[in-house]
Order: sequence, then C-alpha cells, then structure tokens
Amino acid sequence: MKITKEDVAHIAELARLELADSQMEKFAGQISRTLEYIDKLKEVDVSSASLVSDAVSHTNVFREDKKVESPGPGVTLANAPERDEDFYTVPRIVG
Amino acid sequence: MEMYQLTINQAENLLDKGGISSTELVSCLLDRTEALDNDIGAYITIDREGALIQAKEADQRRASGEKTPLLGIPLALKDILCTKGLLTTCASKILENFVPTYDASVVAKLKHAGAVILGKTNLDEFAMGSSTENSGYHLTRNPCNPDYVPGGSSGGSAAAVAAHMCTASLGSDTGGSIRQPASHCGVVGLKPTYGRVSRFGLVSYASSLDQIGPITRDVHDAAVLLNVIAGHDKNDSTSARVDVPDFTQGIDHFEKNGLKGMKAGIPKEFLDVKGLDPDVENAFYQARDKLEDQGVEMVDISLPHTDYVVASYYIIAPSEASSNLARFDGVKYGYRDRDATELIDMYKKTKSKGFGSEVQRRIIIGTYALSAGYYDEYYGRASKVRSLIMADFNGAFEKCDMIISPVAPTPAFKIGEKTDDPLTMYLTDIFTLSANMAGIPGLSVPSGVSSKGLPIGLQIMAKRFDESTLIRAGYGLEQAVQSLTP
Repeated sequence: MKITKEDVAHIAELARLELADSQMEKFAGQISRTLEYIDKLKEVDVSSASLVSDAVSHTNVFREDKKVESPGPGVTLANAPERDEDFYTVPRIVG
Repeated sequence: MEMYQLTINQAENLLDKGGISSTELVSCLLDRTEALDNDIGAYITIDREGALIQAKEADQRRASGEKTPLLGIPLALKDILCTKGLLTTCASKILENFVPTYDASVVAKLKHAGAVILGKTNLDEFAMGSSTENSGYHLTRNPCNPDYVPGGSSGGSAAAVAAHMCTASLGSDTGGSIRQPASHCGVVGLKPTYGRVSRFGLVSYASSLDQIGPITRDVHDAAVLLNVIAGHDKNDSTSARVDVPDFTQGIDHFEKNGLKGMKAGIPKEFLDVKGLDPDVENAFYQARDKLEDQGVEMVDISLPHTDYVVASYYIIAPSEASSNLARFDGVKYGYRDRDATELIDMYKKTKSKGFGSEVQRRIIIGTYALSAGYYDEYYGRASKVRSLIMADFNGAFEKCDMIISPVAPTPAFKIGEKTDDPLTMYLTDIFTLSANMAGIPGLSVPSGVSSKGLPIGLQIMAKRFDESTLIRAGYGLEQAVQSLTP
C-alpha cells in the first residue's frame, strides 16, 4: 500500500500533528515502504483466526467499591504547564 | 576485583560482612559514572545527592540489624519508569520538565527492598527504537566499542551495567528492548511474562506488549531482581494473580548436568532468516552444544508464522502507541507550545515540537491503521495474525520446555548505520518480537563474541509464567561459558 503526501497530511490532522512539507514528503516515502512490507500479512489465511487484543484472556477485573483519599489538586496539577489555582488552563476553545 | 564490578549477590555478601558500606559502593559507582559517562551517555539524570542519602539510610538500617533483599544496592532505572520527585523524561523533549508525583510500582518495590536509585538511563524516545539513537537528548555508545550502538530501546540501562556504572538496572521490553541491548552489551536481560510485573508507572508505549524487567551482570542477579519486582498489583488490572516462586531456588544448588531432562526447541524458521550474521549463527550453535553438554535434549520445532511477526508487530505496537501518546497534549504535564492562541493549534504545535521523528512516524502509522476504512485491513488482520503466532508457540511448547534462538540477527551495528531507513531497523527485531506478541518470558544470556569483539547473546524463551526454567537454563549456559573464559 502506497500512501501519498496528501494521505500523510490527512492522518497528521487526525493525530493532531503539524508536519512541515518536507517532513510529510519524507514520511510518505518511509511509511509507504513500511506498509508495502506489512502487506505481506495479506498472504496469511486468517479466516479461522480470532481477533486478540492481548496475550492474556481477561475476564472482568473488579475491585472493591471503596472510597479512598484523593491525592488532591496540589499533587494532580503539580505538572500542569499552566493552571489557575485548582484548574488547568488552555487556550481559547470557541471563537 | 574492583568494587564497581560487583554483582548484587557479591555486594550483598560484602555489605553483610561489613567489608564495604553502601555509601562507599554508591560513591564509587557515582565517581566512575562521572568519569566515564561523558563518553558513553548511559544516563539522562544522575541523582548523586539522593543516592548518597539513600545509601546512608541503608547503612543505618543494616547497622540496626535490618535485612531486606536489596539493602544498599545501587541501581539505575530506565527513564520511562516514574520516580517520585525525580525527573522522568522518556528521552523525549515533551517530558523535559516532568517530575512524577508518584513512584511506579516497581520503583516502590525496589525502594521498599532497600535499593539505592543512582539515576535514570537513556533510551529511544518512548522506547521506540532498537539502538538508543532515537533519544531526544543524546546518543548512548556501546561500552564494548564506542563506534557501535548499545542496542535499544533500553540502551542506557544495558550500557550502564556493562560499563560498571551501576550494579544492575531495570529496562522495559515491548519488542526486545531489554533482551537486544543486553545481548549487544554483553550482559543479562530478562523480559518477564506479560502480567508478571506491574506496569503501573511505566509510561505506556504499547500496553499489550510492554513489560518491565532486569538487566544485570549475571543470571542470579536477574532472579534476585525479579523476586523483588514480580507480583500482582491492584493498580495494574493486567498484572496477573499468580504465585511468585523464589526465582533463585533452581540455581542456588545447581549441579553439573543440572539441566538433564529439559528439552529445548529450535525453530527452523529462525535459522532461515535472511541476513543472519555468520558469527551470530556460530555463537548460537556453540551455545546449543553447551546446553546439550549439560543434559538438555534438542528438538526441532516449527513456528510457521515467524515471517509475519515483524509486519503484525509494526501495526499493533504503533496502533497502541498512537492511542497512548495522545495524552501528551500540553495540558496536564510536560512541554506546552506557548505561541498557539487556539486549543487545537496548541495540541498540534506541542506534539510536533515535543515528539521526535520516530515517535511521530509511529503515531502516523498507528493512526492510519486505526482510521475508518483501514481498521479491518490493518489492525484487525494484524491482531488475528497475532493469535496465530500465539497458537504457534502453544503448539511448540507441547514438544519442549524452552525455545532457544539468537537474540538479534547481527551483533551491535555502527552508530548511524541504520538511522535513515526505519524498515531496516524494524527488521532487526525479528527474534525478539514474538515473545511480546505471545506474552511469554524471554532471557538473553551472553554466549559468545563476534570476530570484531562484540558480544552475542542467546535468547531462551519459555511458557507463560515459567521464568524459573529460563533462569535455570540461562544459569547453566552462563556457567559453561564462564568456564571457557580465563
């Protein structure tokens, strides 16, 4: 599967990445070669294979519904690049 | 023998007898690191002050009669494990100022056992790479030959052990990132079974594949560290509720022919791999012979889907990564681009300036593989192939207790040799990826040296939760290899 510079631009938008033109060009080539290699998966008969998301078959993992102390905003927000007291702040969302 | 060369086991003995103090051992390793690490680049952060305080505490605890498994033992941690109050960068600019407010569960366990944390080691950014050349900070050089890579992604941890800049270390392994650098640097690396060790506080790359494990000077030390870090953790729902045996038990009273009755499978597909270096092939057969000498019976096995392991891995891992790395958005922690005036623009600029190119490349591949219209073709198909790979291993383990193979197709390669072509780099992971895909444990043990003097390891894989077999077999091999060196 070949992907074009335009494809890369579209995926970058989905992934919220801003790529320079030259970077998109480079990625298109490198990722195309990787995807061409990955196309070999089409040779495999997967008709009877199950889709696994993990090497372990999990059943639900429950814990006791117990109240525990919260670390509090002082800890939770300790690494916030920008904050206003107990809130994260971000640039304008709606115009 | 110099103090910095001691294994955990040897250091424990000396500390117990009062021959050395933890403060002396830690100072010695820190001094050596300061002298050498400008040239090697194993560490991102060295915590001299913190380490000396911890060492002093350990000495006091020992003096008052306390005894814990790692009391006063100096360790280095891959900089992808959260350490409370100590910078944790994942070798990424996007986390250049991230100081965790909690310890990863493994770090808490190490501290509880008395370990001293010397610092945080270099890696490929977010553990994405096989050479540590993708670090957002600096290269790490192979201590055996500085023109060569140490392997990756836990290249800093392996180099720190090999260059005697710590007594042992922890790495993480998503596709070989413990075993391959261990092999390239001539040390021991153990990837435990998926679920054996809690991933809580390990910054996620590919959550269904990631696992934390030890990188050590010998197999016994790997068993000692695994004893401390293994076990269920309520903070990681994928950590397994299974008993944790004493992993040193099978080797403490190891005798000649101690491996008698064990069967090792040799997958025929692994030795047909294109680009297998003759030195690696030689080292593999020599290691096989040494295991045979110890009583291991060799059986031929087949892992029919070997040729599809790299392709399925490089869909599954980037897919999970693209989802996991979405959290680095400049809001909750890490770097934020301050020029953007609008939210979406801030996300984009933060990510693009914060992430290096390999990380962005994998985010693009993963986002593509999960995007509408392509999900079935890529992620769906790769996940189905993964179930076939798992079935291959289940079938193989009906005929043997362990599987042996090379760790990597070649010894360490030269710095810069593969950086322009990501696919070539991905293909070097062929032997290690399947253990992650199948969730089984894998061990790399030094078994030979190339014609250029670079170390070569043997990989041993076992059934899920059967690390004890790996450790016994690895120990047997280690004894045989050591008996040949003067």
